Amino acid sequence: MTNSDVEQRRAPTVRAEPCPTDVDFSKVKDDFPVLSRTVHGHRIVYLDSASSAQRPQCVLDAMDAYYQTTHANVHRGVYTLAEEADRLYEGARIAVGRLIGAPDPEHEVIFTKNATESINLVAATWARSHLGPGDVVLLTDMEHHANIVPWLMLAEERGIELRWIGIDEEYRLDLTELDQLLDRVKLVACTTMSNVLGTITPFARIAEAAHGAGAMVLADGAQSVPHIPTDVGELGCDFLAFSAHKMLGPTGIGVLWGRRELLEAMPPFLGGGGMIRDVRHDGFTANVLPWKFEAGTPPIAEAVGFGAAVSYLESLGLDAIRAHEVELTAYAQAVLAERFGDDLKIFGPPGTAQRGGVLSLAYRDVHPHDLAQVLDQAGVCVRAGHHCAKPLMRRLGVNATARASLYLYNDESDVDVLADAIAEAGTLFA
Amino acid sequence: MTGLEDLYREIILDHYRSPRNRGELPAPPARRVEGFNPLCGDEVVVYVQVQDGTVTDIRFAGQGCSISQSSASLMSAAVKGKTVDETRNLIRTFKAMMSVHEARLGDGPEATGSPNGSADDGADAVETDPESLGELAALQGVVKFPVRIKCATLSWNTLAQGLDEAEESTTTSEA
Repeated sequence: MTNSDVEQRRAPTVRAEPCPTDVDFSKVKDDFPVLSRTVHGHRIVYLDSASSAQRPQCVLDAMDAYYQTTHANVHRGVYTLAEEADRLYEGARIAVGRLIGAPDPEHEVIFTKNATESINLVAATWARSHLGPGDVVLLTDMEHHANIVPWLMLAEERGIELRWIGIDEEYRLDLTELDQLLDRVKLVACTTMSNVLGTITPFARIAEAAHGAGAMVLADGAQSVPHIPTDVGELGCDFLAFSAHKMLGPTGIGVLWGRRELLEAMPPFLGGGGMIRDVRHDGFTANVLPWKFEAGTPPIAEAVGFGAAVSYLESLGLDAIRAHEVELTAYAQAVLAERFGDDLKIFGPPGTAQRGGVLSLAYRDVHPHDLAQVLDQAGVCVRAGHHCAKPLMRRLGVNATARASLYLYNDESDVDVLADAIAEAGTLFA
Repeated sequence: MTGLEDLYREIILDHYRSPRNRGELPAPPARRVEGFNPLCGDEVVVYVQVQDGTVTDIRFAGQGCSISQSSASLMSAAVKGKTVDETRNLIRTFKAMMSVHEARLGDGPEATGSPNGSADDGADAVETDPESLGELAALQGVVKFPVRIKCATLSWNTLAQGLDEAEESTTTSEA
């Protein structure tokens, strides 16, 4: 490290250099250091972004620079470092809020640990204080466990009823009976995009019907926010949950967005420092939004990294990212169909209009675990298993699938390597 | 493909394609035990029949990858006709082979961890030489793929549970 590097790192502004703005996706791979790695003698073909994405250099630099030059606790100190940490942390909140079209990001964007915690927060506060025996929470058959188990837990505790929107033959939500299903429903908790099928749900339509029936609506946006332009107003949701690590940010930080008046009226979630205005021997007064829901020292460096990730995504543009993924999904569908025909099945909607780049595969009778193992030998990273969606897997009649999921750094060559590796598995398990 | 041949030995692929003792047994008299691998959602059902201290018959059902299915098949062939004590020893030896850590510790944690430890749970009685495993040694390569170890041990843990349950019910009925 040169002296000027050291000087640079001591500079008080730790905002990372703006990432490249050129929407040339062929160069995007170069921004992600891990993608230049090899495993088993092959370059990494990373096709597991639906589980967790990789980070560009600018995100790593932003977090590194934060720790090298700035770290202090937030909302506590009057010294310069603490003020800078405050500014960066709250700046990330605004950046994240802007990305999802939050009308009042300063108050409405709550930093949590991840989307799972965000949903649990709503279950433990809003739902626990509003729902009782006879009330219904409406879910769908394509939810992730994160949007099932908190409601099962509440059902056990409160005697509420859970109801499920089914799926049709093309792996879309079956909304033919939506109006009847909404009877007595107080909350609809629904994914915006399935992590198994890639299905983009008609969320706005569901939200409108739900509101018409007097229900609140929670969107699990973990899969769509990283890939598709998001506007909470257009979605029509009352709550939106998502995670940073699926959108180029660090692990350990996620978001709950909620409409301000709902958040204001909700009881606090975790208790501790930061979430109070006053504590007495006989009680406490909760802090104002958003800190009411952020007990303890928050993930500050992670917020800084998250902010940098959002800047990176915005520099490319979510519209461009979506267009790139649509193109690549179509390519993958065509290549896999041409090379494997009926031997390979994709669990998910045909075409690209109503789906994202999540391709859940069944190849002949090769078990997904074995398929993923053979793919790993070719450097291809896919997820094999139930994808934390066991009720859906039961509905599909399988224990597991091998899932290849695409993101902005993937390209046609990645799909070609995937297809070659699937063919290898076919030879081995002939 | 380098490395994979350690995992997918010919014996393993053979037992995967043509599993031995696949099916069910009437329970009772057989014991029916389910095992799950939460990682991949695989499940195995082991039916084990014990008479006069001997595993007289065994079947397995369920769904799983080549490693879990072939391991169940190899296991069923290996334990059928063995005494319960011999079977327990084999389970311990197999699990020791599946874990460098466990192998180094010998049978320590298992013996102390089992409330129903039988008389021969002592370290001396445990055979830890993989050579003694015969065809089962083909699964040794799995250790190089740590994520898959649970696939290989699924049916063995399930069988161990079945033997414990069989023993408990015998003890109860005798009491």
